[in-house]
Amino acid sequence: MSESVRFHFDVNGQSFTSAGQASVQVKKNLRELGIAPDVIRRVSIAMYEGEINMVIHAHGGEADVEVYEDRVVIILNDHGPGIKDVELAMKEGYSTAPDNIRSLGFGAGMGLPNMKRYTDEMKIDTELGVGTKITMTVRF
Amino acid sequence: MTVRELSKALGCEELKLPEPDREVEGCYCGDLLSWVMGRAQASQAWITIMSNINIVAVATLCDVSCIILSENVMPDDGVLDVAEAKGVNILRTADTTFGAAAALARVTGNE
Repeated sequence: MSESVRFHFDVNGQSFTSAGQASVQVKKNLRELGIAPDVIRRVSIAMYEGEINMVIHAHGGEADVEVYEDRVVIILNDHGPGIKDVELAMKEGYSTAPDNIRSLGFGAGMGLPNMKRYTDEMKIDTELGVGTKITMTVRF
Repeated sequence: MTVRELSKALGCEELKLPEPDREVEGCYCGDLLSWVMGRAQASQAWITIMSNINIVAVATLCDVSCIILSENVMPDDGVLDVAEAKGVNILRTADTTFGAAAALARVTGNE
């Protein structure tokens, strides 16, 4: 069986008020599909961090979630500035977020590291001035 | 101990209590949302001074039993409405984060 269940979301880059809507919806959908709570937690946290990153750095983007028999795949796509130094961006505590974002409790430099920590695989395709695509897989 | 019982025991103000009977199991303190999201466990009470709308999303994703706003912090406009809609309990205390955590440990027997 290679059939998957798919969800698609547009991540609004205009405000933090709506940030997290896609992740919260995914959490609900996965629960309805009977996915294990630990998997749901990992998927929704990784996706939330990705959503926040898209709002902070890329004026929003798109999120696709594919649920297979043995894994969940999350694909985040944006047309933001791209990541200059991926290795540096992966370091805990490194952040390029502006001060107003920090005052909201974000910008601690934990976003990408958390996404990696909570998923089994993470692939970053990024090009300066073009955008970033992040593919994450959580296995059951 | 349920969230409502905890609230009474700590003398908290109940700002929004859509799920009063949720069990509280331990506690996590922190204000950096990504840090909290990486560390807080389901059913813990989360004590913070962060008051913007994103605390509701973090609480939902971590599945904490309640948010306790310490130092009499007032949530931003709209936070309580979203909390109601998402079933997130929000309490408020005049105590510091440390004071609230210590009191929680005392009343839940986790000292």
